[in-house]
Amino acid sequence: MAKKQQNHDIVVVPLRHPWRWVSAAVIILLLGAFIYSLWASPNINHEIIAQFLWNGKVIQAAGLTVFLTVISMFIGAVLAILLAIMKLSSNPVLRVVATGYIGFFRGTPLLLQVVFWGYLGIIYPTIDVGIPFTNIVWFSEKTSVVFTSILAGIIALSLNEAAYAAEIVRAGILSVDGGQTEAAKSLGMGSAYTLRRIVLPQAMRVIIPPMGNEFISMLKNTSLLQVVAVMELYARTSQISSQNLAQVELLVVAGFWYLVMTTILSYPQSYLEKKFGRGFNPADAKKRWLGIGSKGNV
Amino acid sequence: MTQLMVDAQGVRKSFGSNEVLKGINLTVSPGQVLCLLGPSGSGKSTFLRCINHLETINGGRLYVDGALMGFREKGDVLHEMKPSAIAKQRSEIGMVFQKFNLFPHLTAIENVLEAPLGIKKQDKASAVARAKELLASVGLKDKENHYPSQLSGGQQQRVAIARALAMEPKLMLFDEPTSALDPELVGDVLDVMRKLAKSGMTMIVVTHEIGFAREVADRVVFMDDGLVVEDGTPAEVIDNPQNPRTQVFIRSVL
Repeated sequence: MAKKQQNHDIVVVPLRHPWRWVSAAVIILLLGAFIYSLWASPNINHEIIAQFLWNGKVIQAAGLTVFLTVISMFIGAVLAILLAIMKLSSNPVLRVVATGYIGFFRGTPLLLQVVFWGYLGIIYPTIDVGIPFTNIVWFSEKTSVVFTSILAGIIALSLNEAAYAAEIVRAGILSVDGGQTEAAKSLGMGSAYTLRRIVLPQAMRVIIPPMGNEFISMLKNTSLLQVVAVMELYARTSQISSQNLAQVELLVVAGFWYLVMTTILSYPQSYLEKKFGRGFNPADAKKRWLGIGSKGNV
Repeated sequence: MTQLMVDAQGVRKSFGSNEVLKGINLTVSPGQVLCLLGPSGSGKSTFLRCINHLETINGGRLYVDGALMGFREKGDVLHEMKPSAIAKQRSEIGMVFQKFNLFPHLTAIENVLEAPLGIKKQDKASAVARAKELLASVGLKDKENHYPSQLSGGQQQRVAIARALAMEPKLMLFDEPTSALDPELVGDVLDVMRKLAKSGMTMIVVTHEIGFAREVADRVVFMDDGLVVEDGTPAEVIDNPQNPRTQVFIRSVL
């Protein structure tokens, strides 16, 4: 009697759902057949896949991909906050410039932008540091020396990212109730302090999920840098396959590592979502109050 | 003669072509508790927001503790102050909002500490001690580490009062502090305000709580259509109003 806590006074025969079982069986069957066809195909050499999966050059290229992603994302996010503030500013020039920037970088293909930065040396053959409109030059160097393909790639990716992320940040800032800013003002807080301590921490809750999307897009978009000869993961595997003609096998290798990286990079997102969600979900907050992850008083 | 805490001289405020304040003349002495009554749309909340310069006035002069709010006066011309100077002025005036406006990402005590630590750069240990004292004085000793979402409306409003008091203001503004509360929670908030009034704080309270006004206020001001219609003791304005508009209003809320 002690085990039975609920007293059901009606007997229910659950409704049967035969089509659920049928549809599940069909899907599993089709999926299994597809995987088997790949596995059994005489045209895919599994040994080559195994051989290159842990190849040092491939791993190194995957490392470069992560580096490009993280640094471009970081620069992009910083620029995005700046652009979002400009777009929300009461200064019409800042507003128009930010809107124009976002329009331009969202309105042209990323591939085109990557190639453009790669060709920068054609527009500016040398990079000079001096006083404009005089003959005084302190430093002059060929663009191709200073402006390496990796630098061109990072600039292309981060400037493009800034345009997308700026709208995400702006949406986040707008999502914070106006009463928050008023309360902050009434306590004597200035606008920069209010943005940093009151508005942005709350906006982050709205900003992080789409930024996670951006992060994953960025990781995959680094593959476009192949066209300016940056030896990231995709460029490296396609270079190898052009020598051994095992195109499909090396696509599998590249795909595997992209999947591994996107999966790993998804973890910081859920951590950040929890961190900036504090106070907004009463149940979560209670856990902290009870001492789990608590930092003590203040 | 002591310095007036608030001195409004012909204060005007318009939103577009809509003139909300049509020349408010009002003075508040230090230590006085003034309740502002009036029908909705009469401009009482707008006037309150003008006092700490959340709204910029379009005409007249508004002094707090002898200093012109938001402007520097040179001859007949007013010069807008820098934002940092306005922030400094605001930090000496506490405000409590109808919708509490607590910072939801901070716990109760963090809400109270944010401005003293971040703006006034107070010593942390003494600021924490003072914050705990303030939370205890509003009856929330055991809620220090709760987030606003875990508190009832009445508790949130009391945290908001403690947050404003933490800046050691010389004047407290209350903008309909109990209007968003369930009826059974109103009493706790009014108790805190009553205690504050007894302690000698200068208070301007926009309210619909006639009982509170009658009991606590030194002065009651009735506003209608952007003007001060009647100004006197609670006994005069609430119990024996002279102006017909005041009479209609008092009858409707009692």
